[in-house]
Amino acid sequence: MSATTAAPALPGSIPGPAKDARVARQLSGRRQRTNRIVKVLCIAATVIGLAFLASILATLLWRGLGGLSLTVFTTSTLPPGSQGGLLNAIIGSLIQTALGAAIGTPIGLLVGTYLAEYSRGSALGNAVRFVSDVLLSAPSILIGLFVYQLLVAPFGGFSGIAGCIALAVIVIPIVVRTTEDMLRLIPVSLREAAVALGTPQWKVIVMICYRAAKDGIVTGILLAVARVAGETAPLLFTSLGNLNWSLSLTKPMASLPVTIYQYAGSAFEDWVQLAWVGALLITAGVLAINIIARVALRGGK
Amino acid sequence: MPHLGDAVFAGAARFAGVFVLLLLGAIIVVLAIGGLQAFRAFGPAFLISTDWDPVQMVFGAAVPVFGTLATSVLALIMAVPLSFGIAVYLTELAPAWVRRPVGTAIELLAAIPSIIYGMWGFFVIVPIMAQWIQPHVIDTFDGIPVLEDLFAGPPFGTGLFTAALILAIMIVPFIAATMRDVFETVPAVYKESAYGVGCTMWEVMRSIVIPYTRTSVVGGIMLGLGRALGETMAVTFVIGNTNRIATSLFGPGNTIASIVALEFPESQAGSLKLSALLALGFILFVISFIVLAISRLLLRPRLKG
Repeated sequence: MSATTAAPALPGSIPGPAKDARVARQLSGRRQRTNRIVKVLCIAATVIGLAFLASILATLLWRGLGGLSLTVFTTSTLPPGSQGGLLNAIIGSLIQTALGAAIGTPIGLLVGTYLAEYSRGSALGNAVRFVSDVLLSAPSILIGLFVYQLLVAPFGGFSGIAGCIALAVIVIPIVVRTTEDMLRLIPVSLREAAVALGTPQWKVIVMICYRAAKDGIVTGILLAVARVAGETAPLLFTSLGNLNWSLSLTKPMASLPVTIYQYAGSAFEDWVQLAWVGALLITAGVLAINIIARVALRGGK
Repeated sequence: MPHLGDAVFAGAARFAGVFVLLLLGAIIVVLAIGGLQAFRAFGPAFLISTDWDPVQMVFGAAVPVFGTLATSVLALIMAVPLSFGIAVYLTELAPAWVRRPVGTAIELLAAIPSIIYGMWGFFVIVPIMAQWIQPHVIDTFDGIPVLEDLFAGPPFGTGLFTAALILAIMIVPFIAATMRDVFETVPAVYKESAYGVGCTMWEVMRSIVIPYTRTSVVGGIMLGLGRALGETMAVTFVIGNTNRIATSLFGPGNTIASIVALEFPESQAGSLKLSALLALGFILFVISFIVLAISRLLLRPRLKG
């Protein structure tokens, strides 16, 4: 169907194809209809996406709030039916997340610095950037298997430190990505001004560039912390989980995600209830860090 | 005269870069060495064998590889239209004050830990599937060839389809965020010209925005696929965990990640079973690496970040 038909030119009008009003109206109507349908579908897709988020959060609040009490934070995990809490899991998660971030962040920071300041289109730089991007999305369970083969199997036992290392491997590429991006945003004139005063390059990077990119780099670290705080799969093979109170890094260590995994699949009602409480805690923590990181980044811009 | 501090700092930075390269290399090598025993014992047949029998010590990769690919591709089929709709809404339709909160909310879907999706899927989606959706769909397609087999079986609620649905929700934020970012790179002049000659929004999307961003959009989809392939905890909760190639989408199955997570605690160090699991891990790494490498190559020119 065409909006224009080759009609003989009427006297006095511009020669050329004339518009058939009826066909034009039909076509325009169809185009508008299609457009309207697409618009409605797009809005529906967004509503569906938001509905899933709302459903997850509502489920967590509904199932988790009921079991939330002080004993959750003051008691360790106990056998079913004996009023246990999640203290050892919470502490274990905090230790492993903090140590994992503490090990991974400096490495990630250095790699990001290398990519932004030193590599300058070199083959090595491009290779590092490529590998880091692949690691960013690599299945975390494989990082768990890798650390198991490297640190657990040869040393004869699961350990908290192996869990920290596994999380650190996940932290590195996240910090690399944000550090490089943020350092690249720093104007060259800032560096030139410092160099003109005779500042050595490393001082320019540490004292000027890091300071100028601070907000963005901190955001990256926060996002990395939020990501590893909820990781379960890599910890299954490294720190394993521990139902007893233990702060030793050389012994199996409890963590919130692994405890949730063990409890959610159990047949005991109070354990399942605690799993929901743990799920609520961890989601609230992770989402809070995410929102803080975003607000911090926005405020810094 | 080169400064000593400069030499040290530059050396440390370069060393850290090389360290990341070695890290990826080490992961591949360690998984390959770990799986060597299984690859030796079963040969190339490991890839096509559907056996998984810890008692007879016979293992094959076909079922988990099938489950991994089937759930991931199915998840993409569901996630891509949804992500596209969200990206179009966020770039073209939403009023300015809505864009940031809605965009952030969608991105938060990516922040929720995998295990939470697993629990939510198991306690919320599985009962809904078992009671409402699956019986209805099975009845509807009963008697229609092909579809009848594709949607057959007892409505347990778990299975490939449910796993794919959860995966789809998990990868939507990644695909939608990439699509939104690349849609925003289309020069305003192009779109304004199209609107100027009377195009509707849909026509602008179809004829200007999508052709302009096609490569990056595919890159974003591949990124989502890469994420879906290795997803562990969410899938483990809802897939049914059976080592059988299901002919029905509602049938149970497993994926590489789910079988590793479930069987690993029952494997002894140095056993053939552990080696088979590591070999599966190696296969998963190779598949993910290829998909993620393609994704990155497609995305890199357009998106700096």
